[in-house]
Amino acid sequence: MSDAERSTDERESSERSRDAGEFEPIQVFPEAEEMDLRPGADDCYKCSTCDTNCPVAEVDDEFPGPKFQGPEQWRLKRKDDHDVDESVMKCSNCMRCDSTCPSEVPLSQMHNTARGEYVEQNMSKFSREYLRNRILANYRRLAPLAAAFPRTANVVMGLSITRWLGEKTLGITSEREFPEFATETFREWWAKRNGSNVSNPDKRVAYFHGCYANYNTPEVAKALVRVYERFGYEIVVPEQHCSGTPMFANGMLEDARRSAETNVRELASAIDDGADVVASCSSCSMSIRQEYPELFDVDGTGDVAANTWDAVEYLRVHEDLESALEGTSVGPEFDEFAYHAPCHARNQGLDGQTLEVLDVVEGVDVTDVGDSCSGISGTYGWKEENYETSMKIGEEMFEHMSEAGAAAGLTECPTCSMQMEHGTGYEITHTLEVLEAALVGPNAATEST
Amino acid sequence: MAIEDDVLVIGGGLAGAIAALSAADADRGARVRLVTYKQSTLRHASGLIDVLGYAPDGEGPLADPFPALEGLPRGHPYERVGIDAVREALDFFDGVVGDAYAGGHTDRNALVPTHGGTVKPTARYPTSAAAGLASDDRDGLLVGFETLPDFDAPLAAAHLEAAGVPFDCRGVTLRFPGIVRDDAKVTRYAHLLDRNERVGADALEEAAITTDGGEIGSRDALAAAVRDRLADETRVGFPAILGDERADEVRADLADALGVDVFEVPMGPPSLPGIRLEEMLYDALEAAGVRVTSGVPVVDYETSAGGSDRIARVVVDRHGAEIPHRAEQYVLATGGLVGKGIEADRERFVEQIFDCHVPHADDRYDWFVDDVFGEQPYARFGLAPDHELRPLDANGDPEFANLRAAGAVLGGYDYAAEKSGAGVSIATGYVTGTRAAEESG
Repeated sequence: MSDAERSTDERESSERSRDAGEFEPIQVFPEAEEMDLRPGADDCYKCSTCDTNCPVAEVDDEFPGPKFQGPEQWRLKRKDDHDVDESVMKCSNCMRCDSTCPSEVPLSQMHNTARGEYVEQNMSKFSREYLRNRILANYRRLAPLAAAFPRTANVVMGLSITRWLGEKTLGITSEREFPEFATETFREWWAKRNGSNVSNPDKRVAYFHGCYANYNTPEVAKALVRVYERFGYEIVVPEQHCSGTPMFANGMLEDARRSAETNVRELASAIDDGADVVASCSSCSMSIRQEYPELFDVDGTGDVAANTWDAVEYLRVHEDLESALEGTSVGPEFDEFAYHAPCHARNQGLDGQTLEVLDVVEGVDVTDVGDSCSGISGTYGWKEENYETSMKIGEEMFEHMSEAGAAAGLTECPTCSMQMEHGTGYEITHTLEVLEAALVGPNAATEST
Repeated sequence: MAIEDDVLVIGGGLAGAIAALSAADADRGARVRLVTYKQSTLRHASGLIDVLGYAPDGEGPLADPFPALEGLPRGHPYERVGIDAVREALDFFDGVVGDAYAGGHTDRNALVPTHGGTVKPTARYPTSAAAGLASDDRDGLLVGFETLPDFDAPLAAAHLEAAGVPFDCRGVTLRFPGIVRDDAKVTRYAHLLDRNERVGADALEEAAITTDGGEIGSRDALAAAVRDRLADETRVGFPAILGDERADEVRADLADALGVDVFEVPMGPPSLPGIRLEEMLYDALEAAGVRVTSGVPVVDYETSAGGSDRIARVVVDRHGAEIPHRAEQYVLATGGLVGKGIEADRERFVEQIFDCHVPHADDRYDWFVDDVFGEQPYARFGLAPDHELRPLDANGDPEFANLRAAGAVLGGYDYAAEKSGAGVSIATGYVTGTRAAEESG
C-alpha cells in the first residue's frame, strides 16, 4: 500500500508514534503473492536512460521505448481497465535497458512478463502471428526433423518457393536465408565419440550447448570440448531443452517454463555430481543466469544460475588462460576479425572478453566494431514486419564492420552471426574456434569420430 | 585465478574514466581496468564542464573560478588536491576531448544558455554550444519542437532576455519533419539527422514544408522548416538533438543551408551532449588500452591475510557468479547519492562496496534543512579523504593503503549549488589515476 492510499487516520497515528519515539519505517509494499513488479516500477525516476539505449526506439517511430513497456505500463494497468499495449511485441528483448538503468529497475523482467500476459490474454491462438511466433519460438522442436534429413532440409529451406511461402503463409521474411543444418549434430558426434576423452572427478563441466551449436554449428561445440579437454576437464553433456530465449521474446512463457524445468532439473543433477555448467551461446547463459531466476520459481533455479558460466569466462577464472595462450599462434585462416559483442554478452559484463583473451594470440587481429546492436535479436528479425527495423538497427554495425578492414566476423551469438553474415557477406567465427586453433592446433578439427 | 591488472578503477562516469585514462597515461606499463555497473550519470549530464560557478557562500556567478578556489574550506575536494592539480587535470581533459570542447583558452567562465533560459557559468563547453554563448551580442532565434516539451523555445528566449543577455532573443515552436510520436526519444531525432533519413511527402506537408516535390533528407527538411521563421538573427539554437555520431556534420549542414551559425542548447536528461562525452571517453579508453568491463557490479572485497590494510582483491558479481579481480591499486569512483556509490537508509549513509566512513550527524533530522533551496547538509555528505584522496576512517586514518576515491563519492562539496561537479570529477579522477599508476609499478 502506498502512502497515498493510506487513510488520513493511519498517517496521523504514525506521526503520533514518531513523536512518541516509536516510529518505525513503513512497509510501503505488501509482500508480493504473485508476479507483481510494482516496487520495481516505483524505483523508476524517469531519467529515460533506458530509452536512449533502446535500439528499436532509435529507428522505429511506432515503438514507445522500454520505460513505457516497463514501469509506465505497470502503472497504467493498476486499475485493471487497461490491457497490455500491443507495442510490447515490438520489443526485441535485447535486454540492453537492463544494464543501463541507474536505479536497478528490472526492465527486461517487466517486458517479459508483460509480453507473456499480452500473448496469453490478447493474442488469438488461431492467428497467423501466434502460429508463426510459436513455430519460431519452438525451433528446438522442428530442428530434429530437419537434422534427420539435413541435406534435404537445406535444399528445401533454400528454395525460393519455400521462402516465398514462408512469408506469404507465416510472415517469416523471405529476405533471409535459413541457417544450414549440419549433416551430423553435435550430440550424434558426441555419442559416436563415446563422450569425454577425459575422466576427472575434480574438474568436471556440464556443457549446455543449446540448439544452434547442436543442429547448425557443431564445430563450435566440438571446439569447446577440445579446449576444455586440453585443460584436463571431464565434460558431461546432459539432456537439455531450448534455453527459452526465443520463447521469452515471443511471450510464450509456458513453453519457456517447461523448457526451464527440464534444464534446471538436468543441470542441477550435474551440479550435484560436482560439475559446473558452461555455455557457448551468450543468450543461453543469459537465460539460465538471469531470466530463469527472474521469471520462474522452479526448484534449484538459483543454484543452477549461480553455477552457470560463459565458457570462456570460466576458463579465465578457473585456469590461467592468459598464460596458456602466451606464445600460441593461429594459421592464416584466422587473421583479421571484425568482432561484435552480442547484447546478451554485454549484459553479462563479457563485452571486452574476446578482445582481451585473443590479444596474446599471435596471428590474429581483432577489431571491436562498437556497441551497436546487430538488430536481429533472435527470432525478431525473422519476422516479416520486423525485417526492415532489424536491418536499420544493424546498419551501424554493418558500416563499422566494413570500416574495420577485416573480411571475417567474430561473435558468440548464433543469431548475431546470422545478421553479420546477412549484412556483410562475411564468414563468421566463434571465439571458441579461435581458442581451439591456438590451444589445440590445426589438426584438432580432423579428429576422427 | 583472478582477473589481474595493476590499477582497477571502479565506476565508469566522468571521474572513473578520467582516472583510468590518467593511470594509463601516467605509466605506459600499467595495465588498467575499469569496471562499471550501470550506465553513468553522464547520460543525465548537460555535457558542460564546470569548475566552480558559485562560491560555497553563494557568491556568483563567478567570472573566474580560480581565485575562488584559493578560499575553499578545508576538506573541499579542490582544497585536498590543490589548485595546480586542478589546472593539470583540465589540461589533461582538453587533450582527451580535443576539438570537441572549447573554453580552454581562458581561465574565465563562459556563460552558456540552458534549456530553461538560464545562463550557466562553465569552464568548458561542447563546440556545439559555442555559437550560443550569452556573452555574444548577436541576436538569436531559438527553435523548439511540438513533440519535445522539455524545451519551450519562446519561454527560454523570454527568460534569457529577462536575465539581461546583451542581445535580442526570439523563440519559435515547429513540427519536427519526420517525427510523429509525441514521445519520440532524443536518440530518434539524432538518428534521423545522423543518417539524413528521407522524409516523405506526408511528413513534409504536416510540418508545413513545401518542396519541389518528393521526399528530401531530414537535414534539408529541418532547414526548410526553420528558414521561413528566421528574421534578422545570425544564429539559431536548437535543443541538443542534432545528431549523435555525426553531430558536427549535421550542424554544419544546417548552418550551410540556413546561412547562419547553428548551436545546441544543453538539455536535461537524457542528454545527447552527455552521451557524446561518454562515447568520447570510452573511445579514448579503448585507444589507451584500458580494459573495460561493464554491466556488472563490484559487490565485495578481501584484504590481504593478517588483517592488513591493503585490499587484496575485489569481487565482481556476474549474475550470481563471483569473479575475483585483483590489482595493486584501486580507485573508487562509484558516484554519490544519484550514482548510488553512496546510499542512505534511515539510520546512516553507507558507501556501498568498502563501507568507507561517511561523516554525518547521527540524528537524521540534522541531515536536512526545511528550506528546499537552503544549504542542505546531506548534499555535502560523502567520503572524507586525505590529500592523496585516500578515504579516511572515523579516526582520520586511511581506510586502506591502496584505495583512493574520486568524483561524487567524495564529500565536502555541494556540486549542484556550486556548479562544480564535472571539475571535481576531472581533478580528483586525474589525481587518483596518476597516483595509483605511480604506486602500482
